[in-house]
Amino acid sequence: MKNKIYAGGDEVVADVPDGASIMFGGFGGAGFPNNLIRALARRGTRNITAISNNCGSGDNELGILFKNKQIRKAHASFPGPTANHFQDCYGAGEIELELMAQGILCERLRAQAAGIPAFYTTVGVGTEVAKGKEERVVRGKRCILESALGADYAFIKAWKADRIGNLIYRKAARNFNPLMAAAAETTIVEVDEIVEVGALDPEVIITPSIFVDRIVQVPGR
Amino acid sequence: MSKQRLTREQIAERAAQELPDGGCVNLGFGIPNLMSNYVPAGKTIYFHSENGILGMGPRAKPGEEDFDLVDAMKVPVTVIPGAAFFNQAEAHMMTRGGHLDVAVLGAFQVSEKGDIANWKVPGTKGSGGIGGAMDIAVGARRLIVCMEHNARDGAPKVVRQCTYPLTAIECVKAIITDLAVIDITAEGLLLREVAPGFTPAEVQRFTEPRLIVSENVPEMRLAAGGM
Repeated sequence: MKNKIYAGGDEVVADVPDGASIMFGGFGGAGFPNNLIRALARRGTRNITAISNNCGSGDNELGILFKNKQIRKAHASFPGPTANHFQDCYGAGEIELELMAQGILCERLRAQAAGIPAFYTTVGVGTEVAKGKEERVVRGKRCILESALGADYAFIKAWKADRIGNLIYRKAARNFNPLMAAAAETTIVEVDEIVEVGALDPEVIITPSIFVDRIVQVPGR
Repeated sequence: MSKQRLTREQIAERAAQELPDGGCVNLGFGIPNLMSNYVPAGKTIYFHSENGILGMGPRAKPGEEDFDLVDAMKVPVTVIPGAAFFNQAEAHMMTRGGHLDVAVLGAFQVSEKGDIANWKVPGTKGSGGIGGAMDIAVGARRLIVCMEHNARDGAPKVVRQCTYPLTAIECVKAIITDLAVIDITAEGLLLREVAPGFTPAEVQRFTEPRLIVSENVPEMRLAAGGM
């Protein structure tokens, strides 16, 4: 059976190429794969397309990747008041940004994971985000067409993994992580603890192992 | 009688009276976020946070913070008995899918048709940020806006047509400000209450669209000593 467990952050991102599209879990300081992000900063992968709710907080979370000019394009919902490195890049015209409603970001990931190429929604009708999108009336309501959103990689954070990649999360640190795990070609998870197969009750598993390709156990946030 | 406009805390206090016992409620940034301090005694509200919490309790006490348990403003919080955790997509099924009894958002402008603009100030640098506001505005069963009645330069924020980038159209049901409680109805803006000491005519002067005013518009009721 394929071994999904890697020795550390540097090893697990060692083959992530320039130009890769990468989803990053996390919200409000919770559930960010900070060790994987720092490993990616050390590796120096460039021309990244990043998909994430936020765009960093100072040097933390995605901040270091914007500071290092490793990200070329971002799909985000709320870049954030403390995303200074992102805002510097954005102000200088160095970053292409697609801004979208947070729930639509979620649903686009879910559509990708579920094999649904596009869907209609009332969210965004009559606003800037509707520009260039097909509009039609569905069941009496004005809707716009939104497309699925996937990526080459998902970098996610979970609490515990078993050795084949079943995952559980802690509290509000779950947020985008399970959605991204299911929407990427290759999902890399950093966890606080790896346990034996069978140690996690099947009733409580949030992300089934089928969605997880690589696991690292790393200390700290 | 004093003729002070309400403080932000008092707007929150008045708005909290709109929350139904047992209701599932999302509070946005700004004044709405203050409302959880004013839930009327005897009511249980299940506060929803778009990062995957239903049943959010008060802020965590110093020394008891768990940074995996934060609200949408990154503040460490607690949960009440009956709380649940879920992923962000489920959190937004609740917003968009019409499952929240009430949502309360801040705003830069609200139009007489119920359009809301709350995510970007035109002409400012930076990207702006949408966050959960569009999903919440479109999907809440009852959307209330809490805001100051006028901008710092005195410009009305209750307007005929929004000039700021829109968050969503035709969705606001009520506006609670430092001057008034206004319902948005099919007939237009109905002045439901005025701030203590103010007359409907005064509120009209600070409001761009015409208000529908009944013969007796009551004053808002706030806790004694709050003024």
